[in-house]
Amino acid sequence: MDRRLCEEHIFRGLMYFSVAIVLCSLLAVFAIVVIKGASALDIAMVTQTPQGGYYLGKEGGILNAIIGSVYLSVGAILLATSISLPAAWYLQQFGRASRIAHAIRTLLDIASGIPSLLYGAFIFLIMIMFQARASLLWGIITVGIFIAPLLTRAFDEVMQMVPEKLKEASYSLGATRWETVFRVMTRQAFPGLITAVLVSFGRAIGDAASVLFTAGYTDSIPTSLSDPVATLPLAIFFQLATPFPQVQERAYASGIILLIIVLIISIGSRYLSKRIARYSIK
Amino acid sequence: MILQKSWPILSTQPLTELLFSSSWQPIAGNFGFFPFIMGTVWVTGLAMLIAVPVSLLTAVYLSEYAHIHIRSVIQPVIDLLAGIPSVVYGLFGLLLIVPLIKNSIAPVFGIATSGYCVLAGGLILAIMVFPILISISYEVLRTVPVEMREASLGLGATRWETVKHVVIKKAFPGIVAAIILGFSRAFGETMAVLMVVGNVARVPESVFDPAYPIPALIANNYGEMMSIPLYDSALMFAALLLLIIIVAFNLAAKYVLVRLSVVT
Repeated sequence: MDRRLCEEHIFRGLMYFSVAIVLCSLLAVFAIVVIKGASALDIAMVTQTPQGGYYLGKEGGILNAIIGSVYLSVGAILLATSISLPAAWYLQQFGRASRIAHAIRTLLDIASGIPSLLYGAFIFLIMIMFQARASLLWGIITVGIFIAPLLTRAFDEVMQMVPEKLKEASYSLGATRWETVFRVMTRQAFPGLITAVLVSFGRAIGDAASVLFTAGYTDSIPTSLSDPVATLPLAIFFQLATPFPQVQERAYASGIILLIIVLIISIGSRYLSKRIARYSIK
Repeated sequence: MILQKSWPILSTQPLTELLFSSSWQPIAGNFGFFPFIMGTVWVTGLAMLIAVPVSLLTAVYLSEYAHIHIRSVIQPVIDLLAGIPSVVYGLFGLLLIVPLIKNSIAPVFGIATSGYCVLAGGLILAIMVFPILISISYEVLRTVPVEMREASLGLGATRWETVKHVVIKKAFPGIVAAIILGFSRAFGETMAVLMVVGNVARVPESVFDPAYPIPALIANNYGEMMSIPLYDSALMFAALLLLIIIVAFNLAAKYVLVRLSVVT
């Protein structure tokens, strides 16, 4: 056979092999976690907080961590959005070739590349300065700061997709810059903004390293911002660290719960943005 | 701020000793970061060794070969892969990879290991950096003009020859940037690696030895860092190292990508 054709076939085979590896690794991650965890998954897991001796394999669930994760992520998203949206609006004020905007975007990209652990470490230092104890509030601040750069860049990208003509039409009607950004661009970019928020929500709920020192851990559901709070990833981590097989199995089950939440968010964001997109000007 | 906190340790010991000494005894006041640096390098290096070829081939397949229907199936899957929390990857590592290495892979080489080793961390990290590597290199490959491919194919080159001599050559800087970004992601990843890599402060000598990467060091010891003198400063120095490396990598990657005008 022709040597060139032979090479073509070899590399094509290698490509199929690579794609297979990538797809299989995803399937394997899902399959293994679901198979191992399914046996320990029951209603009590999601409706109860840990009872006495839970970490020795007794009664209870991880409702504290589920609720805690939701509180923390929702709070962090609210905080991050309230910083990021104005920041993205501000970036829109500059032209496409603006140096300042370019510098800010570069900075934001670098900030999104910094591992969440370092954000956690940084906030922890500030907490020491204020003599504060780990709490829901500090957890929200940490995660909020950690996802704000990601969110700003995502908002920014989405708003840049708004056609230039739409802006010009708005200006020609006598609208001010602010009116154009707020009433036209934000509305047009709305589906993309929702997707960005939900994707960041997924990041926030799955992240463990940043809240390791800042949010604390507790067996009860937090009732105020100054209470410590449990999160799902940390719940998984701590349950795994116990030497009892029953408790470790619960860690796998908690893994399923986390996976399901992330999946719902991911699929939900696709569906939602498609639905709202009907109201945008094409 | 982190620099200010790490100053005390920098002033008591020379920088070279901090970086290259391998004795880690916080209580005796010995802070040698060499085992941790080497642990990070081993794990990250191994992960990239696995992830780069696989991701590049996948990206080439998606951009040059795949039918649009196949592409529209695979891309959401890769997005999903990117969205899975790192703790779940860690679980996966504990459940599948660690036992696999302990029972199947290591005995083949005649080595006894607990399974918690560089190889496990590397495999997990490789899976975790697949999505970012694939999606960026895919974007980069897409920037190569269709006319260039047509010219090459028109001269009688096979598809693979076109990829090898035209597409990859044109997209090379962008691919390097994608690799750098993937590398810096792998470098800072904490939880999943911490769960499978064994955390022993020794310089690993083979892929079956346990290691102790820098992020794991910070995560494990941060809570109790106040109890030992200079310990907090040492950990801050570790954080500083991590920060500098990652910022430098990101800047480099960004520079290359902007030159290519893939991102704005």
